[in-house]
Amino acid sequence: MTRRILFSMAACAATLVAQADKKPVAPAAAGADNSFFLRNVTVHPVTGPEIAGGAVLVKDGKIADVGAKLVAPKGVKVVDGKGLHVWPGMINSATQLGVQEISSIRETVDTGEIGTFNPQLRPLIAVNPESEHIPVTRANGITSAMTMPSSGGGGGPRSAGTSPLIPGHVSLMHLDGWTWEEMEIKRNAALMIQFPTIETRTFNFIEFAPGRTAFTEAKRFYDRRVKELNDYFDQARNYQKAKAAARPDFRIDLAFEAMLPVLDGKLPVIIPAPDERTIKGAIEFIEKQKLKGILANIGRAGTTLELIKAKNIPVIIGESTDLPDQEDDAYDKNYARAADLYKAGIKFSFGTFDTQFARNLPFQAGIAAGYGLPPAEAVKAVTINAAEIWGIAGEYGSIEKGKWADLILTDGDLLEHKTSVKQMWIKGHAVSLENKHTKMYEKYLARP
Amino acid sequence: MRFVSSLRNVSYSFALALAAACTLGAQVIVIQNANILPVTKPGFKGSVLIENGKIKEMGEKVVVPAGAQVIEANGQYLMPGIIDCHSHIAADAINEGSVSVSSMVGIEDVLNPTDVAIYRGLAGGVTSSNILHGSANAIGGKCTLIKMRWGKSASEMVFEGATPSIKFALGENPKRRGSAGSGPLQGAPGSLRYPATRMGVEDVIRQAFNDAKIYQAKWQEYNAKTAKGEVAIPPRRDLKLEPLVEVLEGKRFVHAHSYRADEILMLLRVADDYGFKIRTLQHVLEGYKVAKEIAAHGAGASTFSDWWAYKIEAFDAIPYNAAILTKKGVLTSINSDSADVTRRLNTEAAKAVKYGGLTETEALALITINPAKQLAVDNRVGSIEVGKDADLVLYDKHPLSSYAVAQKVFVDGNVYFDRMKDIEERGKKELVKKQMIDRSKEQERQQQKKLGPPPAGARRPA
Repeated sequence: MTRRILFSMAACAATLVAQADKKPVAPAAAGADNSFFLRNVTVHPVTGPEIAGGAVLVKDGKIADVGAKLVAPKGVKVVDGKGLHVWPGMINSATQLGVQEISSIRETVDTGEIGTFNPQLRPLIAVNPESEHIPVTRANGITSAMTMPSSGGGGGPRSAGTSPLIPGHVSLMHLDGWTWEEMEIKRNAALMIQFPTIETRTFNFIEFAPGRTAFTEAKRFYDRRVKELNDYFDQARNYQKAKAAARPDFRIDLAFEAMLPVLDGKLPVIIPAPDERTIKGAIEFIEKQKLKGILANIGRAGTTLELIKAKNIPVIIGESTDLPDQEDDAYDKNYARAADLYKAGIKFSFGTFDTQFARNLPFQAGIAAGYGLPPAEAVKAVTINAAEIWGIAGEYGSIEKGKWADLILTDGDLLEHKTSVKQMWIKGHAVSLENKHTKMYEKYLARP
Repeated sequence: MRFVSSLRNVSYSFALALAAACTLGAQVIVIQNANILPVTKPGFKGSVLIENGKIKEMGEKVVVPAGAQVIEANGQYLMPGIIDCHSHIAADAINEGSVSVSSMVGIEDVLNPTDVAIYRGLAGGVTSSNILHGSANAIGGKCTLIKMRWGKSASEMVFEGATPSIKFALGENPKRRGSAGSGPLQGAPGSLRYPATRMGVEDVIRQAFNDAKIYQAKWQEYNAKTAKGEVAIPPRRDLKLEPLVEVLEGKRFVHAHSYRADEILMLLRVADDYGFKIRTLQHVLEGYKVAKEIAAHGAGASTFSDWWAYKIEAFDAIPYNAAILTKKGVLTSINSDSADVTRRLNTEAAKAVKYGGLTETEALALITINPAKQLAVDNRVGSIEVGKDADLVLYDKHPLSSYAVAQKVFVDGNVYFDRMKDIEERGKKELVKKQMIDRSKEQERQQQKKLGPPPAGARRPA
């Protein structure tokens, strides 16, 4: 329910926030503490078969070697894996980490700006590195996450009004760093589009009561919104042309500037599309505007899986553990969603689309595996597939030579609820698994 | 909050009919070659004999009576049916939020046996569910324990003989109507409801029990007089205070929604002062901070696995709560409070192995024998033991595994959920649904022919 509200609520009135679009230089990661030799582990490279009794050599934060018969080079710190399992750190493909602390308290929520078109916004610069959610999520083996904007007026279900069409970019970040700059993987990872939906069911938050709108009226509103969105893209293209022509009266517009990588197909758009009609509409839009697309939360995909496959559009699944939408849906419809996508040959990863349950990413994948998704594919979905969808597979998502050492050590199967994460490295640096919850646990367990 | 179109209602009754058809008659069933997890005893590989809805025999081998239906488990896992100690499914109303003490109302009057959440819960292994009143008031309404007898009537779903109970609520929810705001369940300026603070919540409960004591004394006086053969006028019956007198007399359990340690301690002291017991603290997210006091009072704790940070009173919630409470001697269960989470309480319990290191048996107890004890139905359900109700779940893998899927669910020895059957019947149901839609469209066409073209701008039928 929360998710649907996030995607359907908001306010409008344009505000443009000025900002410089300079990407910082990645902090130099050299130093002895990000080089080590991890031995006596079962390695799960994800992109290849598991290696029992294996080892991983990490040099200056990157994976220098992986194998069964490696010998520790001289002078490198040796870490004994004690027979545990090493996996690539998991990537949560949709969260609101860092921009939402307590969902019901508006002052702690920075997910939704006011305005219909805000392509210039990006959540990374509003990420609070001290958010309690970050170490809590990390403790379950998640090393990086996409964080995203949503509804308007500060966010949260209480704000009323129409949805934004472009709430901003989504950002990709490591779940570790003193500042958001240090956490950054990609500040602009994709442009989020809240594609219009035909909503005949409405919900009045003031009266806290459901209502209904006639279909014709809802459809008219939908058509108008789709046109608005297309018009905005057309304007952005005109801006692009004006810029290229270097006309003397050309002035920089921050919102349109932020659109350029998207128009060039360098940056994908991510579109939550909860039903068949919206999926078709979104795909038509992606084609018409010649964009690179990612779909998310395709709860009522109906007969569109073939279409999604034909267009080769990847999907972020968030609905695996949601209740089926309709009363007469199969009881396991959403549990089996990932398996359906797998059978249709669609590339997908998982996201939790929230903050509170961001740590439950592996469980979402595990439950999907119970309902027909091959377990190895479920593991890929939270690692390499996510990296591929986000365009960072050259550096992350598997245990392979040359990639960053985002690693976790577990006492069992990655996706089992009972499994504990024993150690974590991000870019080869050992990262603490301590968090608010472990501290409170120790404190009160020791209460006399 | 519920949207039910007529079409869904129809397709629904069809599902009901199918469900009812497969549960006719109490048979003799033997489930064999199962990995049996009795919870109260060590697990073993063997068989269970079900007769008249009860577990008649269990062991490595049981003699299969003539005519018995044999279910070959092939090493699948058999555990007791899951008991959800906190749920709001199958009810047409949850909150009587107009008054701060609503002990006169009860969930049993609004039970909805056609709520699909019952079937979905069953499919997740739940066989009993405690349906609570909401948390809008310090003293809420009466609760009802049901068995998930999908297809039966409301009255047939009620767990017969279970001790009556009532919902209390502390903290943010009961005080919400005391402050003006535009949010859900908040008061409008000019119609604010006492209490607005945790101080007021305590006061509301104390005032109510003060009244209940006075009311109880009047009846005691009257009963004493009539016992002596004296003529006496009976006190005027008070349906609000009657359930509270039952609480004072230990005849009605209190399930108290609570979050913070301070309010938990407050309620325990109020109960101590008035001489009654809190049966369970529900949610009890900061229970781990006052586990010692909860154990000393003898209250049970029924908590979430890992919910936190959705409001300020949930900001100190930790997923280690169940483990700490268990280790400190509090009878603890894990509940869902949700039509969604109730479908996978098995893996919710598994989180207590991860967070705090409970054993697998302790984790399973959190959703079986412990809630059974909290609800005082442990003589009937909550473990696999001879003489108990045959409320059972057969999982394909160990129930604490992420990959476990419930295959068959039994209530009173009847199969109420069968995954294979559910899958097989999907095509047939789709067909019936399509036929109904076609018929409905055809009727519409006929109707329109009779009436002529609709006026411009007419609503399309939903």
